Amino acid sequence: MIEIKDLHKSYKMGSNSLHVLKGINFKVEDGELVAIMGSSGSGKSTLLNILGMLDGADSGEYTLDGVPIKNLSETKAAQYRNKFLGFIFQSFNLINYKSALENVALPLYYQKVPRKERQEKAMQYLEKVGLKPWAHHLPSELSGGQKQRVAIARAMAAEPKVLLADEPTGALDSKTSYEVMDLIQQINDEGNTILVVTHEEDIAHMCKRIVHLKDGVIVEDKKIEQVRAGQYV
Amino acid sequence: MWLFDRDLWIEIFHTLGKNMFRTFLTMLGVIFAMVILVLLLGSANGMSNGFNKIFAGTASNSLFVWGQSTSEPYKGFERGRRIRYKIEDAEILKKQIPEIEVLAPRIELGSHRSVVSVYRNGQTSGSAVYGDYPEIDEITKKKLVEGRFLNQTDIEHSKKVCVIGEETYKLLFDKGENAIGQDIRINGVYFAVVGIYKPNNNINIDGENAVFIPFTTFQKAFNSGDRMGWMAIAVESKTPVPFVEKQIKDILKHKYDIHPDDDRAIGSFDMSEIFNNITSFTMVLQGFSFFVGIFTLLAGVIAISNILLITVKERTKEIGVRRALGATPKIVKRQIVVEAIVLTAFAGLVGFAISVGILAIMNSMWGSGDDFPFANPMISIPQFVISFVLMVGLSVLIGLLPANRAVKVRPIEALREE
Repeated sequence: MIEIKDLHKSYKMGSNSLHVLKGINFKVEDGELVAIMGSSGSGKSTLLNILGMLDGADSGEYTLDGVPIKNLSETKAAQYRNKFLGFIFQSFNLINYKSALENVALPLYYQKVPRKERQEKAMQYLEKVGLKPWAHHLPSELSGGQKQRVAIARAMAAEPKVLLADEPTGALDSKTSYEVMDLIQQINDEGNTILVVTHEEDIAHMCKRIVHLKDGVIVEDKKIEQVRAGQYV
Repeated sequence: MWLFDRDLWIEIFHTLGKNMFRTFLTMLGVIFAMVILVLLLGSANGMSNGFNKIFAGTASNSLFVWGQSTSEPYKGFERGRRIRYKIEDAEILKKQIPEIEVLAPRIELGSHRSVVSVYRNGQTSGSAVYGDYPEIDEITKKKLVEGRFLNQTDIEHSKKVCVIGEETYKLLFDKGENAIGQDIRINGVYFAVVGIYKPNNNINIDGENAVFIPFTTFQKAFNSGDRMGWMAIAVESKTPVPFVEKQIKDILKHKYDIHPDDDRAIGSFDMSEIFNNITSFTMVLQGFSFFVGIFTLLAGVIAISNILLITVKERTKEIGVRRALGATPKIVKRQIVVEAIVLTAFAGLVGFAISVGILAIMNSMWGSGDDFPFANPMISIPQFVISFVLMVGLSVLIGLLPANRAVKVRPIEALREE
């Protein structure tokens, strides 16, 4: 599904250049649930941004579902993001003046799905995350866990190839975090490929594979025994 | 077409409605600008209409010709000779100059601008007395308050009738007294009043205190023979008055042996000159109004652009999220430009409605007055369309500024923004 070869990325900080990713090689198969771990400054967020086509790499190859991702225009990148990727952010990033349903329907709007169909589909995904009764509530009327579930529904609405979650539980207490992870595991069980960036050990262990980043290189990449979040809920 | 995309409009009204107060303040600039533009244009139009109203009934493409004294000796005549026209001149001029539409000869009793005593039942009025043809009414319309003006039958039968001014009526008759059919006496001759006219305060050629009698009656009653005092001449609308004026003067100079370079012997007054002056005055006024109005509008639209820039800055993160979810730069830009257009157009319409209301009030206050040239202050449909198109065009251009700002920030930076 995802293939990365010798990926480099550096940032210019004034006259200094900060080398963040120093040759990443990494492959994700269909249906995997991968945790990317590392302390802050290890380059995990940068890697996720490049995977999410929000940022470009300096050198190296990136292939997503057989499509080479290189030198994309903003328009092309937006279309690819819409088609291939679903984003889940630490701070949820829901649009605060839109109801849960409208938030979930937004990626479908950019796919030019007709309004009625969009609403129906969005409602399906809201039901899936257990928030159907909250469909017409604004984000401000939802709890943190509920907001993240809306965000997950939104990320899935466009039926992307890969879900990218950047610290999805970073803003949640542990009980809510496990609820969210439970949902992510369920989605993965259905065969969806998911990448989770986290620095929390317990969250990482709820994935099926942990990739450890340190100072811009992968120091460890291992398959693990998945801890089911359901047992804590 | 995307313009009919319901979601686009929902998006736009969402964002605009989210901050009603700020949206309203933003629009205020454009509302004021539109009010100023429409009021200025409307007032200029009102002034133009006011002038037209004043001149209604006066043929604009006309001139008056009278005789004066020569200032050059010529063909054995000394200078200072008084030029007196004959009634036959009217026919000669009409025949030789086809551009003349109407030619109304007139004769005055006494010398030019003098008054004679008019009597009635022991009351006296010093009035100007004119012998006229009914055609004069086509050049300087009389506002009749009672009765009728002179007509062709009066001329043919040399009827002893007269039309008097309101001022004359006041001097000769008691208040409310019926004057029609009553006799007044001029130089011992009795004339029956057939009409009373109201002086036009604005264009006053004949004076307010005057008596008009048929030309033919004048000839007989006062023994004026074939003399003619002056001529009112209407020229067909396409021909410039000075062109005809020169021909008339050349013919008359030749006929009365006036030195070709003598400019003082024949007096004339070109009515079209006043009209042209006023027309150019009102046009300058309108042009100036447009100029001021458009710049005010520009300032208003810039204010909208400014607020949109702030909004875009505030919405950086939201725009980042949308772009992460698949909004292309084009979609983002389109939305902001359409927001600019909607704000401007709506504010413009509100401003238009307000100013039309103000113009209506202005019209009811001053529109009917005779003493001030102001009537029906309103902007014309082309003026409205031009200003509206201009306004929306400006808003598109100015909306591009915040729109480009919105997509300039890369989504990754936008998402990082807190």
